[in-house]
Order: sequence, then C-alpha cells, then structure tokens
Amino acid sequence: MAATKSEELISRSGLRYRKVRDRIIETLLLASALVAVFTTLAIVAILLIESAAFFEHVSLKEFLTDTMWTPLFADAHYGILPLVAGTLTTTMVALCVAVPVGTAIAIYLSEFASHRLRETVKPILELLGAVPTVVYGYFALMAVTPLLQKIFPELPGFNMLSAGLVIGLMIVPYVASVSEDAMRAVPRYMREGSYAMGATRLQTALRVVVPGAFSGLAAAFILGISRAVGETMVVAIAAGMQPNFTFDPTEQAATITAYIVQVSLGDLPHGSIGYQSIFAAGLVLMLITLFFNVIGFSLTRRFREAY
Amino acid sequence: MDPLPLPQKDQLVTAMETTAKPGTAKSGGGAPIQETALRNEEPARSSQSSVGPATPRVAIAVDDTRQARAITSVKAQVENLNFYYGQNRALKNLSIPIADKQVTALIGPSGCGKSTFLRCFNRMHDLQPDTRYEGSITLHPDNLNLVGSGIDPIEVRMRIGMVFQKPNPFPKTIFENVAYGLRLRGVRSRATLAEEVEKALRGAALWDEVKDRLQDSALALSGGQMQRLCIARALATKPEILLFDEPTSALDPIATAKIEELISTLRDQVTVLIVTHNMQQAARVSDYTAFMYLGELIEFDEAAKIFTNPSKKATEDYITGRYG
Repeated sequence: MAATKSEELISRSGLRYRKVRDRIIETLLLASALVAVFTTLAIVAILLIESAAFFEHVSLKEFLTDTMWTPLFADAHYGILPLVAGTLTTTMVALCVAVPVGTAIAIYLSEFASHRLRETVKPILELLGAVPTVVYGYFALMAVTPLLQKIFPELPGFNMLSAGLVIGLMIVPYVASVSEDAMRAVPRYMREGSYAMGATRLQTALRVVVPGAFSGLAAAFILGISRAVGETMVVAIAAGMQPNFTFDPTEQAATITAYIVQVSLGDLPHGSIGYQSIFAAGLVLMLITLFFNVIGFSLTRRFREAY
Repeated sequence: MDPLPLPQKDQLVTAMETTAKPGTAKSGGGAPIQETALRNEEPARSSQSSVGPATPRVAIAVDDTRQARAITSVKAQVENLNFYYGQNRALKNLSIPIADKQVTALIGPSGCGKSTFLRCFNRMHDLQPDTRYEGSITLHPDNLNLVGSGIDPIEVRMRIGMVFQKPNPFPKTIFENVAYGLRLRGVRSRATLAEEVEKALRGAALWDEVKDRLQDSALALSGGQMQRLCIARALATKPEILLFDEPTSALDPIATAKIEELISTLRDQVTVLIVTHNMQQAARVSDYTAFMYLGELIEFDEAAKIFTNPSKKATEDYITGRYG
C-alpha cells in the first residue's frame, strides 16, 4: 500500500521535471559565478596585453628606475617611481590614523563595551563605509586642508597629508571591524585565565587579547593598506595631480590611481603611448594590492585556525 | 587563634545531615555500601533490594593508608551562600568549611552547580552581567568576605588562584606565562622573576621538561604540560587557595595521573578546592568531599567516609553510578 501511494505522489514525469529544473538552476548559478571569475581574468588579460604594448616602447629598466613620470609631455619620461612614492606616502599617512584609532575602537568594543552598546555602535561604524568616497575627497580638500593650513601655513592647497588623513579616517571602520572580529575570536577561557590571575580589563586586553589576536590584527592592518593603496577619489581631489617623486606628505603629488583617473578623463587616442601607460600603471597598482591582499588573507586564515 | 569554633569530624557531618543517619537512610533496602566498597567486590545486593536495575557498582579506590585528617584549621568558611543568575537561584544555602592545606573536592552530576560554586571563590561570576551573591565566604585569617559587595574582585583574585578545565596558557613564552601574575603585581626585577618562575615550574613538576626552552611559545607544549604550566602560573603568585575546575577532563590518562599526583603534593603548600566529575579522582586526591545536587549541598564529609559509607541515599546512588 505504502509503496503504491508514494508512487502516485511522485509521478515519473514529475520527478524528471524536478531533475531538469534543478539542472537548469544549477547551470544558471554556475554561470553567474563564472561571470565574476571571467571578468577578473579579462581585466588581468587586458592589463597584461596593453602593458605589453607599453613595454615595447619603454624599457622595464626605465619604467622602474626613472624618477620622472611625464608621459603626456613632449619630453616624455616613464618612471613609475613618483607615482609609487605618492601612493606609499598617502598610504603611510592613512595608516598612522587608521591603525591606532581602529585598534583602540576594536579594543573598546571587544573588551569594554557592553553587548548592547557594541551591537549599536558597530553598525553605525560600518555606516561610515557607506559614505561615497567623493564626499571624503571634498571633505579633505574643503575642510581638512584649510584646518591644516592654520597649523602649517606653508601647506599647499593640494597635499598628501590631508588626503592621507582622510583616507585614514575612511578605513578606520574597516580596520576596527576586522580587528574586533579578531579579538572576539580569542577564546573566553583565555581571558578568564588572565582575570583569574588578578588582571584588570585593560591588562587583559593589552597583555593577552591583543597578542592572542595578533595575526588577525596584522591582517586587518594589511587589508587596510590595500584599501588605502587603491583609494582614488580622495587623492585625485585633494592630493593634486602632479607626479612628484617625494615622500614628504606636506607636498602635493599624484598617486597611481590619481594618474589613471586623470588620463582616463582626457581624450587620448586609443593605442597611443599615453593611453597604454595607464594600463602599465594599473598593472603595478594591481600587483601592489594583490600582494597585500594575499598576505592579509593568509593571516586571516591563520588566526581563524589558531583556536 | 581562630575565632570560629573549629568543627570536629563529627560535627561536620551532623551539620549537614539532620535527618539521615546511616542506619535509617538505608532502610529502603540498599546494601551496606561500606562493606562492598571496602571489599572491592561486585555487590551481592540483598534480595529485598528493589531499587533500580542491577547496575554494576563503581569500585571506588580509597587510599586507606592516607590518614583522614580532621579539620584542624579552616581556611575559608562558606556560610549560607546563595548565588543568582538573574532571577535563577543557582546555589542554595551552601555552608561548608574549607580545610586549610587540604584538598576539598566538589562532586555531583552535570548542572549541579559545583563549578558555579567554585567560581564564587574568585568572583569569576562578576565578569557576567546580572549575577548576585548572598551569604558569605569568609577567608581566614583576616576574615575577608570573598563575596562581599564592597570587596574588589581583583583583590580576591590576587589571593586565590584558578586552574581551568581547558588548559589556557597565554599566547606568550613559557617564561612569560609563569611570570604573568608577578608582572601584574609589579615585579620588575629580572632576577626575582627568574627565581620565582623556576620555583613555580618546579612546584608544578614541569621544570625539567621546559628548562631549556623557557623562551619557546607555551602553545607548543602538550596538553598535560600546558595544564601543569597553568598550575605553575597560578602557583607563582603564592595563592592562598587554588581552585581547580575539572582540571583533567581534557587530558589523557597519563597526563591526568601526573596532575593528580601534583595536586596531592600541593596539599602541603596551598589549600586546594577541586571540581571533578570523576569520582575515582575525587576519591584519590581529596581529603574532604562535598556532594552537590541541583544547587544544594547534599553531603559533606571526609572523602574516605563519603566514598565508603555515605550518610545520604542520594550520595550513595551517585557514587555507585546509579545516576549523574
């Protein structure tokens, strides 16, 4: 009886229909996953192809050692160093803000704040990440730079200091959030061990939780670096557009991203050397962020496995 | 010297048991546990015994050579202790003396409140919101009420050490783990630290195994070594009472044996309070044993008595493995 009943319920055609439907949906899901993969691969391929064309005109040696980047001038130089210097300088300034502030916020939220406060503050903090970066850019140019000029009257209107500081503020929520996750991953029994020895909350946070979360914190900082390196709008708006081989944050300079924006906005003929130069610059940028991301993610995985 | 009347052996028992006397409690038909346990045989339960199925009796090995010592000096006196998680009363009117430089074991089925009780001694509950103590745990000789509302939990924890269920060394070197408590107490001198660390590691029977790698990470040690490191960490600050919360439940039998041996030797220098769900362990290491059930103290007595001739039916049922 039971057997015939279930056969009636699941007819053969119905079963086949369900199987076919499953396969279609599975294929669609796979296709959407592949879109992302192919896009990434296509971007890398285009970067490589156009860069290869660029390196037919410019030697790798000149690219890596020349200290001038003037592809659009009559006297063209193709040294990436000024752009890399600008990128690293703004990133360093950003880290000087994001690392201490982000870590402090994370320590507070993870070790001191009550559960309710943490659940209220964290979403607000993450909301900061939803502010469009162009807003941060004008904030740097119109608010932070004038403020800094009161302290340093010599400071030019475009400078890496204000751009870097604002990028730092911008990645604080990100650094704080990842750091807090890392510190929360330190098991409770570790904290209890410290409290049982007579430690205060602060002593426990600094002497046990921070060392315990070290690889996670390092991952947070490195992922923060790769965000700062890739940041475009703030530097394009507030740091100036002139490639300048300097590590002095009070000067104006272009970063790799700012240069790409600047050139992409112009009307360079397709296939010209100036056009190709943005791909070479883009390739360098991608290699830098890829480098930091790989380190960051491997560290993240390590801290997840630690306990 | 002690203002409190020192309970004598018999008084201790009578304080706990008001109704049940050995003869009366067992009138329900249970076999005289003392005989069977001492003879270490399978029980020949009397035919009248209708209590439960014939579950095999757990043979509890009590170290008969160890002289059960009367409580000559009380390190801490628990008096009408109640503990609440929010509205939930987790401990109910507990009163026992903790004998100085002796091992007191807390046994009972899961959820009976033995760990909760243990954690009152170093105020670990204060780390959770919405917890409340009532009653007192008076630490002698200075009569400090450990659970008093005006008493700083950090001050309490400075005087009472704890070893946890899961070995929890800090992500630091072996040396820094042991030096942790000393550093918290402001010890800066390298010589003092080195000396105290060595002393603590020797006290925890770990020195010979780690003396050549004090600067290695503590997380590279084996589970048993980690647990002895945690004991050394607690010993380094010379606690007055050392709390053990099921210290061997995450360890293999050999590591467990070492820890038990260590606890027995620690008796000479520190008062030990140990929670264990392993009754053989309680029988092996403890001088006094408290049996708890559903947040209440059922029976407290010398270990030898609890494991051979308990006064209460519930205690007997538990230690013979009928529930729990």
